[in-house]
Amino acid sequence: MLSDITIGQYYKAQSVVHRMDARMKLILTVLFIVIIFLCKNFFSLAVMFALTAVSILVSRVPFRMFFKSLKPIIPIILITAVLNIFYIDKGTVLFSWWKITVTTGGLSTAFFMAVRIICLIMVSSLLTYTTVPTLLTDAIERLLSPLKVFHISVHTLAMMMTLALRFIPTLIEEVDRITNAQKARGADFESGKFIDRVKAMVPVLIPLFVSAFRRAYELSFAMTCRCYHGGEGRTRMKQMKLSAVDFVALAIFLVALAGVIVLNYFFTALI
Amino acid sequence: MNDTPILRTENLTYIYQKGTSSEVAALQDVSVEIRQGELVGVIGHTGSGKSTLIEHFNALKKGTAGRVLLDGNDIWADKSKIRAVRFRVGVCFQYPEYQLFEETVAKDIAFGPRNMGLPQDEIDRRVKEALTNVGLSEDYAEKSPFDLSGGEKRRVAIAGIMAMEPQVLVLDEPCAGLDPRGRATVLQMIADYRQKTGCTVLLVTHSMEEVAAIADRILVMNQSRVAFFDTVDNVFAHAEELQTMGLDIPQMTQLMLSLREKGYDVPVNLYTVQQVYDTIFARWKGGVHGAQ
Repeated sequence: MLSDITIGQYYKAQSVVHRMDARMKLILTVLFIVIIFLCKNFFSLAVMFALTAVSILVSRVPFRMFFKSLKPIIPIILITAVLNIFYIDKGTVLFSWWKITVTTGGLSTAFFMAVRIICLIMVSSLLTYTTVPTLLTDAIERLLSPLKVFHISVHTLAMMMTLALRFIPTLIEEVDRITNAQKARGADFESGKFIDRVKAMVPVLIPLFVSAFRRAYELSFAMTCRCYHGGEGRTRMKQMKLSAVDFVALAIFLVALAGVIVLNYFFTALI
Repeated sequence: MNDTPILRTENLTYIYQKGTSSEVAALQDVSVEIRQGELVGVIGHTGSGKSTLIEHFNALKKGTAGRVLLDGNDIWADKSKIRAVRFRVGVCFQYPEYQLFEETVAKDIAFGPRNMGLPQDEIDRRVKEALTNVGLSEDYAEKSPFDLSGGEKRRVAIAGIMAMEPQVLVLDEPCAGLDPRGRATVLQMIADYRQKTGCTVLLVTHSMEEVAAIADRILVMNQSRVAFFDTVDNVFAHAEELQTMGLDIPQMTQLMLSLREKGYDVPVNLYTVQQVYDTIFARWKGGVHGAQ
């Protein structure tokens, strides 16, 4: 069950997207999110959908990986779609019963929203599939470094994120181990009422917390032993460099942005 | 003694990630019989499949093919009785001290028996007895398990399994990470417990020396298959093959092997200093007699 989690999962492949600078990928992801919220009609949305499709194809990450990250979001997509269908009262009435009316406007808005969410999820998972977590946090650190002006320790935040990501697989393994050990003592996780099941987690959670703290102590000792003292004066082994690919990608996204604005202007807004 | 083996596997096979490209066989065609009341040492290199095998004994894993029989009955025949199987085959995993979670030692030991649905007075009796079995005084009962030393925690965790009074006690590397004295204490404790209860014991370990001293039979796993399953003497007769499997053979066996390489006709299935002493001394004495 826990191995289904796709956060911070890197999919190893040789592709242009993998080779891109993590900072640029991060910026483009944010840019993508902004543009897709600017879309006002199906024509501009189509541009973004095409952009998503092309990015995925170029990345050489198999489609089933994207489906996997989409799976937990499906209920949310369905709920928003259903709400849109029933609440929006625009266009011709297709169906009406009691207080419920379904209109063409409602249907198209529901579809519009669903596509938008799907594109969002796909692009953000593309970022994590093609970027190693450490590089990603590194990129966040560099992009946020101007915040130092406000005395925010960006380095510490980035380090915490790196460590958190690093320990996800370790903790998952630990949960499996403890669960097995308690099952061997007759713990029952599968049956009983909701409250009983929550209670049944206690013998797993307590040892998990204990070992998480133990690991944290050990790690902090190990870091201290290697003279870790925060970000001050710390140099990097891997320098990040923007290459031609990054600028080409940026150009494509900017063209998409321009296209969306133009299409918004020429066609009537749906929402 | 009962004739049907207490535990038996028939052509047990287990494949990780079946159906994907990263298919790995952890167990292949394993058929073993564990007899009532014996102490079996299970040894094998890391990744040989020994841990996967014991997870099958208490139904934590279900074989991709083959069966596991407890007292002659397939443990997967009735899925509602899986928990009952776990109470009869008590498995204590590696580094069991990390599974402690209760406020007091007594409560933690009582976790298993309580899951069995036993009455309170029976639980109390078992907790007391389990503490005695692992050599901890009753003062420990009300202590927090998190305040104990590493070795004491280990013993409390083992007591938690013993308190279920399983017919088969499986211990996965019970001595891992303990100092020599801790190892000796734990091994002695297991031997005493078996003497007292007549329980069948499976001891998974890396150390041949540990197992040679107390086991009746040794099950050697290699590359997800059973390599040998025989008496200690017979297994050590294959000392050279054991070495090629990457297993440490006892020092005395190693000595005998080197003697044999030098051309002396000595048996290699000796593993204690006493045995070697007796053999060599007898030979030497014989030699002196011959010269006279």
